[in-house]
This record gives sequence, structure tokens and C-alpha cells, in this order.
Amino acid sequence: MDYDFNFAVVWRNWDLLAQGLGLGLSLAVLSIAIGTGIGLIAAFGMLSKLRPVRWIALAYVSAIRNTPILVLILFTYFALPQMGVRLEKIPSFIFTLSIYAGAYLAEVFRGGLVALPLGLREAGLAIGLTEFRTKIYIIIPVMMRNVLPSLSNNFISLFKDTSLAAVIAVPELTYYARKINVESFRVIETWMVASLIYVAACYIIASLLRRLEARLAIPR
Amino acid sequence: MTQVLKITDLHKRFGDLEVLKGIDLTMQKGDVVSLIGSSGSGKTTVLRCINLLEDFERGTVEIAGEAIGYRHDGRKRRRLPERQIARQRAMTGMTFQQFNLFPHMTALGNVMLGLLKTQKKPKEEARSIAESWLERVGMASRKDHYPGQLSGGQQQRVAIARAIAMNPQLMLFDEVTSALDPELVTEVLAVVRDLAADGMTMLIVTHEMRFARDVSSRVVFMHEGRIHEEGPPDELFGAPKTERLQGFLARSEF
Repeated sequence: MDYDFNFAVVWRNWDLLAQGLGLGLSLAVLSIAIGTGIGLIAAFGMLSKLRPVRWIALAYVSAIRNTPILVLILFTYFALPQMGVRLEKIPSFIFTLSIYAGAYLAEVFRGGLVALPLGLREAGLAIGLTEFRTKIYIIIPVMMRNVLPSLSNNFISLFKDTSLAAVIAVPELTYYARKINVESFRVIETWMVASLIYVAACYIIASLLRRLEARLAIPR
Repeated sequence: MTQVLKITDLHKRFGDLEVLKGIDLTMQKGDVVSLIGSSGSGKTTVLRCINLLEDFERGTVEIAGEAIGYRHDGRKRRRLPERQIARQRAMTGMTFQQFNLFPHMTALGNVMLGLLKTQKKPKEEARSIAESWLERVGMASRKDHYPGQLSGGQQQRVAIARAIAMNPQLMLFDEVTSALDPELVTEVLAVVRDLAADGMTMLIVTHEMRFARDVSSRVVFMHEGRIHEEGPPDELFGAPKTERLQGFLARSEF
């Protein structure tokens, strides 16, 4: 291959790339936060004694998990407005990613809840806590610590999924990379740099999360 | 004498299996009653009904004169709302075979949780109550340890402190030593013995016959969901009347 690499044109736009990276991370953080809330509700829903509640939770999880995320993004942004729900680009994407994260986390949390010893709930009830408070003070905190590694994995996945926001012109990293590519015609350099930024960001996030896991781990 | 517990005609079934077939049991303040009998005789289920961890279909359980778990509207029998149930559960303290400590909290945190969240005590007061009970069960020096860092016997002692710190009217011990290595049994039984000597009203499900004989004011032998024989420990262990109890005692280790 006879090709002169020229990274300068890409690096000239480092501020755009940094901005895009920042937005991508923010989208992922927000979505995992909202998704955690949705996931918890759905997980308890799937384990509910009431059949209709179980059914609704299960329907949500399987509908979302069996739809490609790209389709969900396009559906929310283009089809929902036709049905009367109009969201701006960024809120629309956060909505989609949160719903998506919620469905995956629901399965993670359900697994975590099922794995807890039954005695934990009974011990909470025995000291006079209500079912709800037992969940808040005992069940959820213990379960969360147990599923932290899966939660980290999901977060990294979500961060990478933010690149799909480019299709509805949310100005994150991939969006700017595409823009730089179009303006500079430096295809190889642009996408190499974009890839490297994703790899480096994911690597750093993963090691930070591992540290957090170690800090939150239940001492034994 | 104040009556602490009155069970009348208690029935409980799991599906087709009737595990309690009409239990009557009363306890006065300061009584220490041991429930003995082979596995499946329903001893643990009695405790779990008293603490409302199990529903029961028929009969009544009264603690300090208050009917537990259900109310009657004319003919209909309804389960009480959850808040009431939670309040009534706190009238008894329960310890479990598997300890069931909260793994994400220190020993002190375990004992303080109910004081803070159920009894709404201020933090300082909760801490001092918790510390004095941990001291009492010999766990003061380990109060900042997590359950995973404690031996089984130590965990069970913390669990006892957690239950009794709530100042219950009645303590329920469900096979407190069954999950313990033999060398750890003594330290836990010593704690229970100490509480008995102190006048705590206690209902104990146990397989430790020697301990039941030493600590109880009354022993109740259960068989197939019924009370088969009961009486003071010396009578029950010294001169069992029924063949079933004789057979059970012959098979039990002392």
C-alpha cells in the first residue's frame, strides 16, 4: 500500500473529538442511571406475585431486548413524533438508551435477586421492616454489590452504543469523526483516531470501575 | 403473671400437606419453652407463624393479648395491612439457623438497623443500645467486623444481639446451633442461657437435648403437627409418658 499518513488534519479538530467524547460519556452515564431505576422496577416486576405485573415486566424486557438498538433509536426519533410524542435529538436518544439499558439491567438484577439467600428478606422482616424498606436497606444494596461486575460491563457496552446516536445527528464522537472524514477526506486516519479514542476511553473506564468494585466489595 | 403468648388451635398447611394440626400453647412472662421433636414435626413452622413469616389458615396467635396477623370482620378473616404486620413482627425477636446477618453491614450496623429504621431511635441512642448488647453477647471487640469476617458462632451471637436489641416481648430461637461446628455450639448456648437467667421470655426450637433440659422451664414434644407431650424438663426427659417420646429420646444424643 502506498499511502502517506497525515494525522495532522484529524488532530487539528481535537476539540471537536473531545467534545464528542464528553457528550458520549454523559449520554452513557445518564442512561445507565435512568436504566438502573427502570431495571430495578422491571426486575421486581418479573418476580412479582401478581401475574399481570409479571406479564407487563416480561413483555417490556422481551420487546426491548429483541429489537435492535438502531431500530429503537430510529423508531423513537422518527416514528414517535408521528404518534404525537416529539422529543429533541438528545432527549430522544437518552430515552431510547435508558429504556434499552433498563431491559438488559432488569435481567441482570433479576439474576442477582434470585441468587440472594431467602433468609435475608426474612431477617429484615423479623426486625420489623416493611417489605419495601427491606428492599431498600437490605435486598437492593446487597444485590447491587453482587452484580457490580455485570453493571460495569453494561456501562461499557452502553458507552460504545452512544456511537449510534450519530444516525440522528447527535454530536457525539462518531458524529464528529464522520464530519472530519467528510471534510478532510482522510478516511483511514479519521477512523483510526476515533477507534483509538474509544479503546482508550473504555480501557480507562474499565479500570476505574474495577477500582470502584474493589472499594464497594463486601469485606470477607 | 402476664401472659406473653397464647396460641389457640393453630393450623397450617403447605398445599396438601397439613403441617400443624391444631396447636395450643401459652407462655407467661419469663417462661423458657423448648420445642423438641423430629424434623418435619412442625416445630420451626410454629415459630414462623408466630413471627408471621408464614400465613396460617386457622386458629389465633396472641402476643401480649393482641391478635397477630389477622382480623375478623364478622365471618371473614383478613390479613392485617403490611404496616400492622411489620409492627407486630417487631414484638418478637427471631434468630435463624443460618444467622441471616446483613452481609453489607458491620456487626454494629446489623444491630443498629432495626433500632434506627423500625424504632426511629436517634443515631447515638441506637449506637449505645447496640454496643451494650454486643458487649453482652461478647462481641464488643468485633463490632466493626463484617459478617463474612466472623465465625459462625460469632455471627449467631451478633444475630441474637440484633433480635434482642429491639426489646421484644418474646424471643424465638430457631435451631440456633444447627449450622455450627461442634466447638462453636457452646459459646452460642452460653449466650442463650445467660438471657434465660435474666428473665427473658423465650421459645426455643432445638435439637440439643441436654441444653433444652438445662435451660427450659417447660419442654414441648411435637409429633406430626401436634403437641404430643409437654411438661417440666425433668419429667419429660426423666419419665417420658408416651412411647413416641421415649423412642425419640432414645434416638437423640445427649
